[in-house]
Amino acid sequence: MTGTSKNQVADVPRGTTISGKWNKQTYQIMKKLGSGALGTVYLADSVKGRVALKIGTDSMSITSEVNVLKQLSMVQGTVLGPFFYEIDDWERSGKKFPFYVMEYIDGEPLFTFINRRGKEWIGILMLQLLRDLSALHREGWVFGDLKPDNLLVEGSPPTVRWLDVGGTTPMGRSVKEFTEFFDRGYWGLGNRVAEPSYDLFSVAMIVLNAGYPKRFDRPKKDAEHYLMNKIESSQLLKEYKPILRKALLGKYGYASEMRQELFALLQGEKTNVRKNKVNSSHSRVAARQTRPKAKKKRTGWVETVLLVAFLLFFYTLYLVGHIF
Amino acid sequence: MKKGTLRQILLITDGCSNQGEDPVAMAALAREHGMTVNVIGVLDENERTEGLKEIENIALSGGGIHQLVYAKQLSHTVQMVTRKAMTQTIQGFIHKELQSILGHDKEIEDLPPDKRGQVVEVVDELGETMDLEVLIMIDTSASMQHKLPTVEDALLDLSISLHSRIGENEYALYAFPGKRKQVERLMDWTPILKDIHTIFPKLTTGGITPTGPALKEAIDAYQKKRSKRGLLDDGYIEESSS
Ligand SMILES: Nc1ncnc2c1ncn2[C@@H]1O[C@H](COP(=O)(O)OP(=O)(O)O)[C@@H](O)[C@H]1O
Ligand SMILES: [Mg+2]
Repeated sequence: MTGTSKNQVADVPRGTTISGKWNKQTYQIMKKLGSGALGTVYLADSVKGRVALKIGTDSMSITSEVNVLKQLSMVQGTVLGPFFYEIDDWERSGKKFPFYVMEYIDGEPLFTFINRRGKEWIGILMLQLLRDLSALHREGWVFGDLKPDNLLVEGSPPTVRWLDVGGTTPMGRSVKEFTEFFDRGYWGLGNRVAEPSYDLFSVAMIVLNAGYPKRFDRPKKDAEHYLMNKIESSQLLKEYKPILRKALLGKYGYASEMRQELFALLQGEKTNVRKNKVNSSHSRVAARQTRPKAKKKRTGWVETVLLVAFLLFFYTLYLVGHIF
Repeated sequence: MKKGTLRQILLITDGCSNQGEDPVAMAALAREHGMTVNVIGVLDENERTEGLKEIENIALSGGGIHQLVYAKQLSHTVQMVTRKAMTQTIQGFIHKELQSILGHDKEIEDLPPDKRGQVVEVVDELGETMDLEVLIMIDTSASMQHKLPTVEDALLDLSISLHSRIGENEYALYAFPGKRKQVERLMDWTPILKDIHTIFPKLTTGGITPTGPALKEAIDAYQKKRSKRGLLDDGYIEESSS
């Protein structure tokens, strides 16, 4: 697209060996994972095991992403984004292609996971995401291009992971890479200055996207009203309204604030649900935990409810990494 | 390193010029004056563009970037092209600096990857903090009329992005063809781009698209602005030629 037209990287076939010009490491291409504006990501085999390799054409933008990944890899204690291994150039028929190597995240796209496992996961995964964002913000960064495509759910217990730090911006600067639906500037609900509330708006829009898989365009005017209507007319979104509203209007200064309120809301809701349908429990954990109980003499239903609620509470805590 | 001002001409059009000077030559002239010319071609769905070659050539000789888009994606594109063009100009400048340190025909790619990080940081820093002047030149010929509301949205979106930067911004807005003249000034230099819907001309003479004269006018506007501020102007960054 630039005036000095850049040559695209043609797809690299399976089995190709990529060797780095500077560090001399080699990588065996296994398959293509995806591609975007800046390059293509491949799964590759190496002495480090399975890794993800992003091959681009523009060494400045590849370097820019590496700058962010390096900084994030230095943060102790938390895993923020894929772990960074190295950056190098690959020479292929006389041309140089910059690439970098990072941890392979063997996960499932966010919405694929939610559709398979159930809508109740939205709240839990958002809690996790908010915890990670809180850590990221504390380090002085804003994610920027937060959207379902950049989120994967990995492992057991399911953990949300993010990819593509192309939009990650130092606090106080302007966000350069974003996706309209998740960008508050597009909705006329704020600027593009990198601050925690920028990401929190995107988190709210990810939840909206779960309710409206096809997304929707902005209205001619009064986007605020329009979005509130969208929330209210969705069975799924309605219950999150107070939190979504605050996030969309930039009322949360910190991810931890939003997280706490979402946590409280989920707690209230879970206990209520349990009270109403103890017998038709559809939660796997709850089912597993109540089965032995049923064999015993009839336990009072109040106790069952309390127990289930209690276990669920701990399970949630566990999932969002509060304890253990 | 002295912090200067980036000067851009942003041309939004949908087709071929058919009157006056050759726009490609005018773009080359603009570049000589230290401006870059970026061109966005706005298409209707299913439209094929005959002006493609011209759009490409204007940007090429103007040292800028070009992009064809459907009206729907215009907002995202305008801000992206503007920012990319800024980065490109700054990179060209850094490139020159690097050559004076590393020796000629050395590229950023000749640096070991680990050293490139610092170069990128400098580029980012400048892109964020440098002042920017954008002269927006809009084709308002008959075929563009129904696209103007989208153009307006895109310009507002551009201003959101630019105002989120730390550096200062100034805009000027021109349309061609104008009601009486070939080119008409809609808005003089201003730090805030708003209320533009009130100033887009409602009706224009169909048939003519004087892109070349429009670019010439843009250069003049920059010249006037500079002389108004006096001869001791803050330095500007010139596009490197490679
Ligand atoms: N570390 C990784 N592990 C697994 N898959 C990845 C990884 N990085 C990227 N991908 C896949 O490749 C796709 C494109 O990568 P991304 O970095 O988002 O590129 P772009 O910046 O061009 O959008 C992602 O949507 C994801 O599916
Ligand atoms: Mg992506």
